[in-house]
Amino acid sequence: MTDRRTTIKLIVAAAAGVPALRAGAAGMLVPGAAVPGELRHYVPLMSGYGPDPNLVKAYEKGAFWPLTLNPQQRQLTTVLADLIIPADEHSPSASAAGAVDFIDEWISAPYPQQRRDRLTVLNGFVWLDGAAQLRARQPFATLEEAQQHALCDRVCDASRAPADLQEPARFFALFRNLTVAAFYTTEAGRKDLHYLGNVPLKHFDGPPVELLRKLGLDQGFPSAGENE
Amino acid sequence: MPFVTASTQRGPYDVIIVGSGAGGGQTAYTLCMEGVRVLLLEAGREYSPAHETPMFQTPDMAPLGGSVTPDKNFGFYDATVDGGWEVPGEPYVTVPDRWGGHFTWWRARMLGGRTNHWGRISLRNGPYDFKPHSRDGLGFDWPITYEDVAPYYDKVEMLVGVYGGDESRENTPAGPGDTLLPPPPPLVSDHLFMQRAPKLGITVLPGRRAVLTRAQDHRTIPGKLHPGNPRAQRILAEAMRNRSACLWATPCGRGCAVGANYQSTTVHLPPALATGNLDIITHAMVYEVTLDKQGRATGVRFVDAATGRHEHASARIVVLGASACETARILLNSKSSLFPNGLANSSGLVGRYILDTVGSSVVGQIPLLESLPPLNENAAGGLQVYAPWWLYQEQLAHKVSFPRGYHIEYGGGKVVPSVYTFQGLEWLTGGSYGRKLKQDARRYYGSFVGFDGRGAMVPNENCYVELDPVVKDRFGIPAPRFHWQWGEYEQRQAAHMQETFGALIEAMGGRLQSPVVTDPVKAISPGGNMIHEVGGAIMGENARSSVTNRWSQTWDVPNLFVADGGVFAYNADKNPTLTIMALAWRMSDHILQRMRRREI
Repeated sequence: MTDRRTTIKLIVAAAAGVPALRAGAAGMLVPGAAVPGELRHYVPLMSGYGPDPNLVKAYEKGAFWPLTLNPQQRQLTTVLADLIIPADEHSPSASAAGAVDFIDEWISAPYPQQRRDRLTVLNGFVWLDGAAQLRARQPFATLEEAQQHALCDRVCDASRAPADLQEPARFFALFRNLTVAAFYTTEAGRKDLHYLGNVPLKHFDGPPVELLRKLGLDQGFPSAGENE
Repeated sequence: MPFVTASTQRGPYDVIIVGSGAGGGQTAYTLCMEGVRVLLLEAGREYSPAHETPMFQTPDMAPLGGSVTPDKNFGFYDATVDGGWEVPGEPYVTVPDRWGGHFTWWRARMLGGRTNHWGRISLRNGPYDFKPHSRDGLGFDWPITYEDVAPYYDKVEMLVGVYGGDESRENTPAGPGDTLLPPPPPLVSDHLFMQRAPKLGITVLPGRRAVLTRAQDHRTIPGKLHPGNPRAQRILAEAMRNRSACLWATPCGRGCAVGANYQSTTVHLPPALATGNLDIITHAMVYEVTLDKQGRATGVRFVDAATGRHEHASARIVVLGASACETARILLNSKSSLFPNGLANSSGLVGRYILDTVGSSVVGQIPLLESLPPLNENAAGGLQVYAPWWLYQEQLAHKVSFPRGYHIEYGGGKVVPSVYTFQGLEWLTGGSYGRKLKQDARRYYGSFVGFDGRGAMVPNENCYVELDPVVKDRFGIPAPRFHWQWGEYEQRQAAHMQETFGALIEAMGGRLQSPVVTDPVKAISPGGNMIHEVGGAIMGENARSSVTNRWSQTWDVPNLFVADGGVFAYNADKNPTLTIMALAWRMSDHILQRMRRREI
């Protein structure tokens, strides 16, 4: 707990333009005429991309901060991401679409959410390899696919996972979220979904009438007074 | 060279405008077209939509897939520059309400301000919205009527380009028929809403947004907007030719490189600059209006944010369009022996009656929309359709537990897949992964619909901004301190939104991940969250009960005007930007008349 005098000193420092307040300091109490208020103040992290990045440039993963996963962690990321999004007859696997770099960039990022996610993912990796060692005396990445599935099946749905596996289930849910985020934001993912947008059109005609008819939705706008 | 600095300004200027967003931009446009020499001061940097908008960039080209971070609060590609819920070096203080909620304050530090990322929803206030007190005894009437403002709604719609239906409903007016562009065709999900909403007595209409669904009519509109002024007509026609119609792609919140939507930097500032009558100083953080001995405004003081130097600019007239809360802050900080409590504050109402919009949202999943064939549903970037408030008569008969209404903003469709599209699908998939997860993604893509309620707020004494006695920003300007309490009316309205949206989703055969929020205190978004803050220099019939008169002129200082949402005496459910522009144009016409008569 910061005492009142320190708080005021910090505020005065902030007022003088000294970056004494980190992003985490926002929300501290500020004494006021009648009621204390909370300070909302933001100092961008030196290691982030800041509030005015160039938006038209295409960025490589790791353009703003270094990627930090080691080769073993990247291998585990590859295996797990491809269990979640495997190649099929429609599209490649998550790792083939670049998911490993996406996840590495995510958990290497300096922002608070990503730092929390980093802990969850790295702890999850430890659990996954530990469980694999217990079961088959080898790391998760080299297990038979059926054994990998058997482990994932225990944690893939937090609502069904036993109490002692809730934390690994939270890890799995996060890792799956990161994997689908990585995959479906790429060209491969958009193609898999038959996404047709993001191309300039001369005019926009709306859905085909046959489709609307098939769905029973071809009445158009209700005419004036229909609801009276 | 229209972009000048404190030392290269080319005075004397007739008018100084503080802020380059909807209010400041409109004022600069109207005045410059009529030959007035204007100096526009913007706190942020210069900004060019043509060169800086990420038009077709996909999320995989951005760090973290373009997701929300503390640096970019609406995601990487949001147009906002140097802004968001918090601005580096510019702190503010919020006093929690009795439920622990806090007011939040979105700012941008760029030419064009918040118009660059704005949602472009452009609804007219209706007749009731200008006389709410006369209707139900609450809040304040505006000193003007819908009829006073309607000609300016017509003009603004023609100038900026707004699509919509031309059908009027109760308190939901449309113009005379030639001011709107055709609305985009509804999507599949829109058709479902249109079909099922009437079961609940709700009518769905074409949306209204400031997006060019076709090229503007540059042959006839300039003559209608600037009769008898061939030069202005020529300049506007040229500016309209420089804007393209919508490409039916890329989200509007990024801004638009081809000028197909309204941003001040696309619509207002280019023609104003083309007149040769506009000079702009960027990085100019205004903190005080200066006065002569008679108490008339002489200009403004500002800090050059790049050098830290304190500068002064002078003109015959000062117009504040810095945004409602920033304008109140400048007035409160302009203390003098004549105005010890802040400028134009003899009523004590500067900074009082800050209003936002009531907001509450629900997302549903609709089985009928699963596994649809491939469709391009980018459309105009949002709000193809919406539902205006439908219970005016029931409220009049006291059959509703809150006095003011809301409209429903609705959206669905196969939008560009983002980092967030398939997060947390377990409630539908049972935690699938592998081949099954890919099948689930194909099945559920495009099957979600979102309802956003946007509701009116009755003014209350507990919502105000003052200067913080301790905290200053990096320029040494006292930080604002916000106080906020939603009233019970607003909370009940938000709970009504939740119940209505739950019923709509049910009527559409859909399902909810979790039940709707029926606790009124929890159903409502925090104050400021809708980024519709207005008030603080409210317009009224007399100097005791208001800060500005019917012409947005301060009662206390005859050559000081307010062009932003500060003058709103009431915030109806209609999104405020269109009304800000209409009132700024009306104010500017009044300034022109008074200048021509040499009265100011």
